[in-house]
Amino acid sequence: MINNTDAVKLLDGKRGDSVFVATMNANNVQFGLPTVTTNEDMDFPLSGAMGKASSVALGLALAQPQRKIMVLDGDGSLLMNLGTIVTLANKSPSNLYHFLFDNGVYAVTGGQPVPGSGRTDWELMGKAAGYAATFSFDDLEDLTTRIDEVLATKGPVFIRLAIVPQIENTAVQFRPQASRSVLTAFKELPQKLANG
Amino acid sequence: MTTQDVVLHPQAIIDELKKNNFTHVVWLPDSETNFMYQLLTSEPSLDLVPVCREGETMAIAAGLWVGGKKPVVLIQNTGIFESGDSIRGLGLDVNQPLVMLVGYRGWSRHGITTDSAARFIEHILHAWGMTYYLIETDEDAGRITTALEEAERTQKPVAVLVGTEFGA
Repeated sequence: MINNTDAVKLLDGKRGDSVFVATMNANNVQFGLPTVTTNEDMDFPLSGAMGKASSVALGLALAQPQRKIMVLDGDGSLLMNLGTIVTLANKSPSNLYHFLFDNGVYAVTGGQPVPGSGRTDWELMGKAAGYAATFSFDDLEDLTTRIDEVLATKGPVFIRLAIVPQIENTAVQFRPQASRSVLTAFKELPQKLANG
Repeated sequence: MTTQDVVLHPQAIIDELKKNNFTHVVWLPDSETNFMYQLLTSEPSLDLVPVCREGETMAIAAGLWVGGKKPVVLIQNTGIFESGDSIRGLGLDVNQPLVMLVGYRGWSRHGITTDSAARFIEHILHAWGMTYYLIETDEDAGRITTALEEAERTQKPVAVLVGTEFGA
């Protein structure tokens, strides 16, 4: 399995001018994107969006077809909005890369297993929904070896990553806050993207 | 007033959308907007984004807006009920100036409104503090422009209730 921080660090190293739409563990303040980002202005944090990260990313991808849009999604999140994979595949944005951080649990609420944990075949789900290409990686070495191939593939691409669960047991009110909020991203990104 | 005067034609809605330079229609079909589908698919200035569930629409619209486009959402009032958290988190909380065209299922000026979808919708919009307008005829279609101006001035979502099924 792949460590959460290692995954986001690898993807961040390949980002260029991509927008990262990140949610839940992939966006965790202590071990997610905020800890490794090299271009925070292009980060679009969406924790608490009830599974809508990929929907926001679809809108961005349609609006900015020349720019790569990378979704760093969670399995529990995607399950809350599963129709999105069909909606997204139907519009088929060639610049969208949907990374699914599959840790099998609701990590931010104490580690309860998500429905279908260890049973659902996510790569097959992406393929069946109609993504242009799908990948699945169980270890960092394979992901590192093939990430350039993944990002050179015409989208929409669905990439399932087997992620080591990192459970949050600290009460929500005592967890560290992100320096970049959802509202900040909504305020600043339109101008940033308009400027190229 | 003739019968023709009191009909809402889908072309009247399309004309308003074009006049205001909307770029995308994010929607899930319903009986109130059935006649609009063919017109929308044949209108090159409007990109249709069909969804599987209404709660996706506000999120997709948010991404389009951040990316520099001008989307409009088109769903039924039943879809508003389903979309509560999207309207809260990706509309109201993030100050998205979004126009939402909402099929007003069950609405009638005549007799008793028995459909709970119609009885509850205005209460729900009031609870969220959302402004809304009602259109029932071609003459009312200009309220879409009013709604857009309101959305852009307040930086909040504004609803336009479509109070009748379209005429063919």
